[in-house]
Amino acid sequence: MPSSALATPPMHDHAVPAEVLTNSNLIYFSSASGYTHRFMEKLDLDCARIPLKNRDPHLVASEPFVLLLPTYGGEKGERSIPPQVVKFLNDVRNRNLLRGVIGAGNTNFGTTYCLAAIKIAAKCKVPLLYKFELMGTPEDVTRVREGLEVFWTRKSQNLK
Amino acid sequence: MTEKLKLASHVEAINWNRIQDDKDVEVWNRLVNNFWLPEKIPLSNDVQSWATLTEAEKLLTMRVFTGLTLLDTLQGTVGAVSLIPDALTPHEEAVYTNIAFMESVHAKSYSSIFSTLASTKEIDEAFRWSTENENLQKKAQIIEGYYYGEDPLKRKIASTLLESFLFYSGFYLPMYWSSRAKLTNTADLIRLIIRDEAVHGYYIGYKFQKGLELEGVTEERKQELKDYTFELLFELYENEVQYTHDLYDGVGLAEDVKKFLHYNANKALMNLGYEAMFPASVTDVNPAILSALSPNADENHDFFSGSGSSYVIGKAVNTEDEDWDF
Repeated sequence: MPSSALATPPMHDHAVPAEVLTNSNLIYFSSASGYTHRFMEKLDLDCARIPLKNRDPHLVASEPFVLLLPTYGGEKGERSIPPQVVKFLNDVRNRNLLRGVIGAGNTNFGTTYCLAAIKIAAKCKVPLLYKFELMGTPEDVTRVREGLEVFWTRKSQNLK
Repeated sequence: MTEKLKLASHVEAINWNRIQDDKDVEVWNRLVNNFWLPEKIPLSNDVQSWATLTEAEKLLTMRVFTGLTLLDTLQGTVGAVSLIPDALTPHEEAVYTNIAFMESVHAKSYSSIFSTLASTKEIDEAFRWSTENENLQKKAQIIEGYYYGEDPLKRKIASTLLESFLFYSGFYLPMYWSSRAKLTNTADLIRLIIRDEAVHGYYIGYKFQKGLELEGVTEERKQELKDYTFELLFELYENEVQYTHDLYDGVGLAEDVKKFLHYNANKALMNLGYEAMFPASVTDVNPAILSALSPNADENHDFFSGSGSSYVIGKAVNTEDEDWDF
């Protein structure tokens, strides 16, 4: 269950903070193989990574953000969302600031291609912004960079 | 190529309760969950559809499948097995035995397709063609040379290029038939093979990159392996173009197949951790082929790619098999 937003986050024994705040507008998940992480390096935008290990501090967003993630999972698409991402979105503070999703995947996985991103977009009622394969081509990098810029500009104009 | 394959030099009882690399368990579970057999696919429902193909189309299809059979046989009997002695963990060794067996299932499944659709004479002729086609034999020989070679990381490169690139001149055809509502059950079977090969290519490519991270791997060595990857890919690509013309010129599809080759060559490179090589101008795969591969591949569902004024919220998908708290 999500912990309540405390002014001082609770501390573990080894003084690792239980939570880390991020004001990044782009939050991503990448597994140990790191393909999505490579894409983010090429994208070269301010971003935050959802922690891989359970003992790492929980990530909490403080600004509206777009989530970028690859797809996991089995034959029928069950459990296609990495558990770390489910935990992240189970925190209502994160969920409320989610504005869009970008999926990484491989078309060779057929019906489960980018399924995690499709599922999150449906569940959280936000748009699926873009899909790309593996660590992305140079064209994917350009389109995501430009697409995000337009997306946030429109958002800020709509809000004011 | 008569020397004996090297075997793992030392074997200890494998302990699945002590894991060095979580990827080994993740991929093992994935492969086990994906397990299938050709008997599960109602191939006989394609008999009527097969009868609507011209003789040239039937011949092409038979040849494509014997070519794929050769690659799967090579990968099952030599390729995946040759990776075992260099595995970094005992669980990696176990994953390779799984991959090897599944390649044998793939190789056998083409025979299921043949026996359902064709006569013994047609089958024998197609297999004879596969032993006589120079470009098909050459691609098997190039790869086999590296499987018997001394360099463990080059073996992984060759293996990844086979899994993620060399199959696709063949995989194109059942996707093409499927996009025209022909041989759709055969296409379902091929999609299962494509999915398996994608996990294999991902895993072997991942292990290649783990190998690069090992202590003592110099920058020179990294550069050598990178140069080698691109040289081997070029060599295979040139041969693949010839093979594509051998097969597809008669039905006028060679140019379309080549785009599919470029697209998959890029993905093979990415599986090895390298940047895509072919520019977008030559990887614009026929959208009908991409949709046959994945129904989610439609670019029009992307917000960035569309007009931006409207967007499609994810289609009706079951979102309830995750551990949501909301």
